[in-house]
Amino acid sequence: MSKKPVQFIHNGRAEAVFVEDGQNLLDALRREVGDLTPKYGCGQGTCGTCTVLVDGQPQLSCLTLAETVEGKSVETTGGMTDGSELHPLQAAFMDHFAAQCGYCTPGMLIAANALLRRNPNPSRDEVVEAIGGNICRCTGYQPIIDAILDAAGKMSQRRPTFSRGL
Amino acid sequence: MLDFRKDYFKDERDDDLNEIGKPTQRQDALGHVTGRSPFYDDHLFDGLLHLKCARSPHHHARIRNVDTREAEAMPGVVRVLRGRDVPANLNTLLSLLDFGLDDEPVLSETKVAYMGEPVVAVIAETERQALDAVAKVRIDYEPLPHVLDVEEALQPGAPVVNETYPSNAFVYYEKYDHQKLRFGDVEKGFRDADQVIESVYQMSPIEQAPTEPCGAIAAPETNDRWVCYTSTQGLFFSLGTTAKLLNVSSSRLHFIGGTVGGGFGGKVDSLHEPLAVLGAMLTGRPVRYGYNRAEEMQVGAPRGGERWVIKDGIMNDGRIIARKFTGYFDSGAYTRLSSYAVVKGTAHLPGPYTIPNVSSDVYCVFTNRTPATAMRGFGITGVDFSIECQMDKLAHAVGMDPIEFRILNSYRDGDMKAHRRETKNSALIECCQVVAEKANWPLSAAARAASSLTDGGGEKAAIPPTATDELGRVQTPNGEPRRDARPKTHLSGKTGVDTVLNVPADAYGHGAGGSHPPSAPASPPPAPAPQPAPPPAAARPPATPVQPAQQPQPTPPAPAQTAPPQATPEVRRSPTRFSSISGLRRR
Repeated sequence: MSKKPVQFIHNGRAEAVFVEDGQNLLDALRREVGDLTPKYGCGQGTCGTCTVLVDGQPQLSCLTLAETVEGKSVETTGGMTDGSELHPLQAAFMDHFAAQCGYCTPGMLIAANALLRRNPNPSRDEVVEAIGGNICRCTGYQPIIDAILDAAGKMSQRRPTFSRGL
Repeated sequence: MLDFRKDYFKDERDDDLNEIGKPTQRQDALGHVTGRSPFYDDHLFDGLLHLKCARSPHHHARIRNVDTREAEAMPGVVRVLRGRDVPANLNTLLSLLDFGLDDEPVLSETKVAYMGEPVVAVIAETERQALDAVAKVRIDYEPLPHVLDVEEALQPGAPVVNETYPSNAFVYYEKYDHQKLRFGDVEKGFRDADQVIESVYQMSPIEQAPTEPCGAIAAPETNDRWVCYTSTQGLFFSLGTTAKLLNVSSSRLHFIGGTVGGGFGGKVDSLHEPLAVLGAMLTGRPVRYGYNRAEEMQVGAPRGGERWVIKDGIMNDGRIIARKFTGYFDSGAYTRLSSYAVVKGTAHLPGPYTIPNVSSDVYCVFTNRTPATAMRGFGITGVDFSIECQMDKLAHAVGMDPIEFRILNSYRDGDMKAHRRETKNSALIECCQVVAEKANWPLSAAARAASSLTDGGGEKAAIPPTATDELGRVQTPNGEPRRDARPKTHLSGKTGVDTVLNVPADAYGHGAGGSHPPSAPASPPPAPAPQPAPPPAAARPPATPVQPAQQPQPTPPAPAQTAPPQATPEVRRSPTRFSSISGLRRR
């Protein structure tokens, strides 16, 4: 089976991996890059837990051929933490108990991040629209929506991860 | 958002709770929001192999021949597993609690009993190679007649789904084909009632559909041990099950779980860990066995379908004086946890209402459907749905407000439950009152003044005479030992009030003579309750126990009347049967 090289920017850093024909971006990120933050939920573009940003746009990595991100920027939840500080969305998800099992959380955070970048002050309906492609089975959507709305007002604030009381 | 109603029962507790009512951060939240919580699939291994199964395309079929030569020659294939490679290829999940017979193979060797049952496992370098090789496994099936309906499965001559239980019903206490509950005399209750209302309720199977599909990764570890990362909800279920199936000491298995990407009950079945560990043992390499979404939906065990027949005798003033249940829990092809669901469901009857005459027969039925397992309140949710639909129907029939009707019939502290336990700490009335208040639903002054703490006990603390013989078996009204007659089907549209009882003994010859109530307390109940009616003076013929290996016969083999007398009551009590889960174990 032939492999081909793909070079892209992964969370701000240059990355080069070999991928197989037909290998999707989710698999390449997880198995070749070693970024385990995007999750497999369905493999058919319905659950949204594998959502990543490609050149700033939310995209389902399970339906994206890895070779198509050549030269592009790919962002995952793994890149949201700035050094030792949480992204305001991550802090808000903690404050609002918006992550019960945590499996849909990376995709939710990516979808929310994309929203807040293009619309820093979204309405509740706009938040609902933005996470419409992400399925949550246990937390419930209300705390997630509350967290995103809360984070919208605090995008300039960062909190250290180590003082979170763990 | 939370509304603590501390005005209720305030003299029953000290308000010295330090944590209740205050938010506390989850200890795993930081891992969740940073994407670092280690789910089973988030463990990278060099040389990780992937396991996929060849599965039955039939509901029910005999396996004539399996040819894996072509699959073994496919690129990347490292090993092909058959049932004979599994050291102890038969198990039932609750055998760890000494409940039920081993009835399910890891990889079937002789026949398949549901669509999607695994027959061959292929281990390959990549998931795609494993799937490609699975497509090359040649299995020669002889399709067999199948049964997908619980009541059809109980009819004489129905296809035998599960050879361990040839009558298609789980066998309780080694002899009974269903769970039975008797309290008072429902037939007399129906005769005395102003109205008798019977309804049939049907719940469909439901897939838990966790966002993370089930799976496990196993790898050789140091010191002749194997590590297994798993999505399981029941780490020690999975550990014990794997140790049993692979015939290894659990001390050689290092199971790591705790991160479950949504479970809802669907991740207790321990289907992945044994094959992943076996693969690691036989290849010496890390092996991943995980469902993809299609497998999760097709062969992942769902909540079982349930059918409930509820027959109520009701007075025009709103009192329910008799309630009879016939329940069918669809276990699918194997037991898994459905046997326990029936025990739990029976212990829940007749719902949170004080009813002086209660009767119940609940069957755990095998059909050629996907085996069912746990899901959020299984065993309770379905019958509660049925009971509450029925309550609305009854309220309508007597022209009462549905909430007032519930308050009228609700348990009150001191009432005797059908399980012969005194009601304590009941709060249904208060819940109804708060619901009505929140919904701006007008209640009468009497309903608003009702309380779980008043009007309970007294006559309602009594255990009504429940006819039993000297062995504790339930009697029919004329004193004959009851046969466990299979009820006629309710599918045929025949749902009149006369369908359930007085049916001749079924053709299986099962359980002539009834069982004692399944959850009767070990000691006589307290309270000034009259004891159950003394046994009739005449000695009654004893039951003929169910023979689990017995095939369905067209005629009853050994009617109770011809069985020889038997004098030792002790034989009916085996020492420790089920269960620590429902707290019924005698200690």
